[in-house]
Amino acid sequence: MKLGVLFSGGKDSTYAALLAKEYGHELSCLISIFSKNKDSFMFHTPSISKVSKQAEVMKIPLIIQETYGEENLELLDLKKAIKKAVKEYAIEGIVSGAVESVYQASRVQRICNELGIECFNPLWLKNSEEIILELIEKGFESIVTGVAAYPLDKSFLGRKINKIFLDEFRELNKKYRISITGEGGEFESFVLDCPLFEKPLILKDFEDSGEKNNWRRELTIK
Amino acid sequence: MEKGVNHKMNKIILVISVCKEKLHELEFVRPIEFILNSENKKFETKHYLEILDGENFNSYSHVIVCGTSLKDFSYLERLDKFSWIKDFGGSLLGICAGMQIIGLVNGCKLENYLQIGLSLEYFNKTFLGLESFGEKNSLEGEQIQIYSLHNKYIDFNNLDNFEVYCATKCKIPIPQAVKHKEKEIYGVLFHPEVRNKELIINFINL
Repeated sequence: MKLGVLFSGGKDSTYAALLAKEYGHELSCLISIFSKNKDSFMFHTPSISKVSKQAEVMKIPLIIQETYGEENLELLDLKKAIKKAVKEYAIEGIVSGAVESVYQASRVQRICNELGIECFNPLWLKNSEEIILELIEKGFESIVTGVAAYPLDKSFLGRKINKIFLDEFRELNKKYRISITGEGGEFESFVLDCPLFEKPLILKDFEDSGEKNNWRRELTIK
Repeated sequence: MEKGVNHKMNKIILVISVCKEKLHELEFVRPIEFILNSENKKFETKHYLEILDGENFNSYSHVIVCGTSLKDFSYLERLDKFSWIKDFGGSLLGICAGMQIIGLVNGCKLENYLQIGLSLEYFNKTFLGLESFGEKNSLEGEQIQIYSLHNKYIDFNNLDNFEVYCATKCKIPIPQAVKHKEKEIYGVLFHPEVRNKELIINFINL
């Protein structure tokens, strides 16, 4: 089946895309929403513009849709982008990296239903530790590009999502109920390498902004 | 049968997938398997097309027929694969498409009704031990949050041998939870693996 990937550049949407490919589907295009609302409940925002670099090394066309990030407008803009993917790439379904968020998943399901296309959420309700372990096993290199929950702070920006990260987040989960996958928006990630990439992305520079427990890192990719 | 011996003890649970696409099994079947694993239950998963004619379902203590995606109705072409449900004497839980299949093999038709997302519904009786965290109403029962993902339903109100425990209020009430009056056959239109995992746990512990 020809699929469009709702793509944020983070570990979950990238892993969902990899699973879709492994299950024999064609990744016809990536669909990324650039939200001007940094607190969007629906879309990932730190370093979102760098998805174009990821699309290049994945050799998959990218559809970018900007949105002001107001709740209903975001959904209209998402629908517009998916419609474009149906028209330009004849996609028959969408794949998303939703894990637990019924807020995100049900909104995407509604849009797909309205457009008469399939909706795949291959990470749906998957155990968060299992996701991280599989990412490590499959050779994903992902880093933290945003934090938005106590006690996460600036020092977490740039951290590699690896075994050490998992051990630390297990403890943070026990103590502060921080989701190990950042599903509640506690942190955002960016994938620098994975089996879908023809070559790894090289990080050239970055710029951090924020305060207290709310930080974001904008990456510059070579 | 020996008195006091649990004859379900040595049997395993059968999980049936009705998904056309294997990728959808990660979304509709794996979460059920995860719950069974968490409860240390032995189970086997089969796709409905793998069910053999005359398959012996007595070797299973419980059967769970899982749901599938909004657009997937491929199972309608092979309802003969579910004809065993009519004579099944064990414990059966149909989730979403699984509930619709229970209704179809009992002679009902699919009707259109779209529900996506969370809602609060009244249960007029306790259903597989579901507990309310919401409002209680002496006339309508207990209010429980459910997650729905369907665009069809079966009007179980027309089936004499089934009791409706919960129905969404609208022109024609949409049955959300039903039970066979004499058998341990349960159907839920909503997805308990998302918000009501205890329902599945209570079912496999019947």
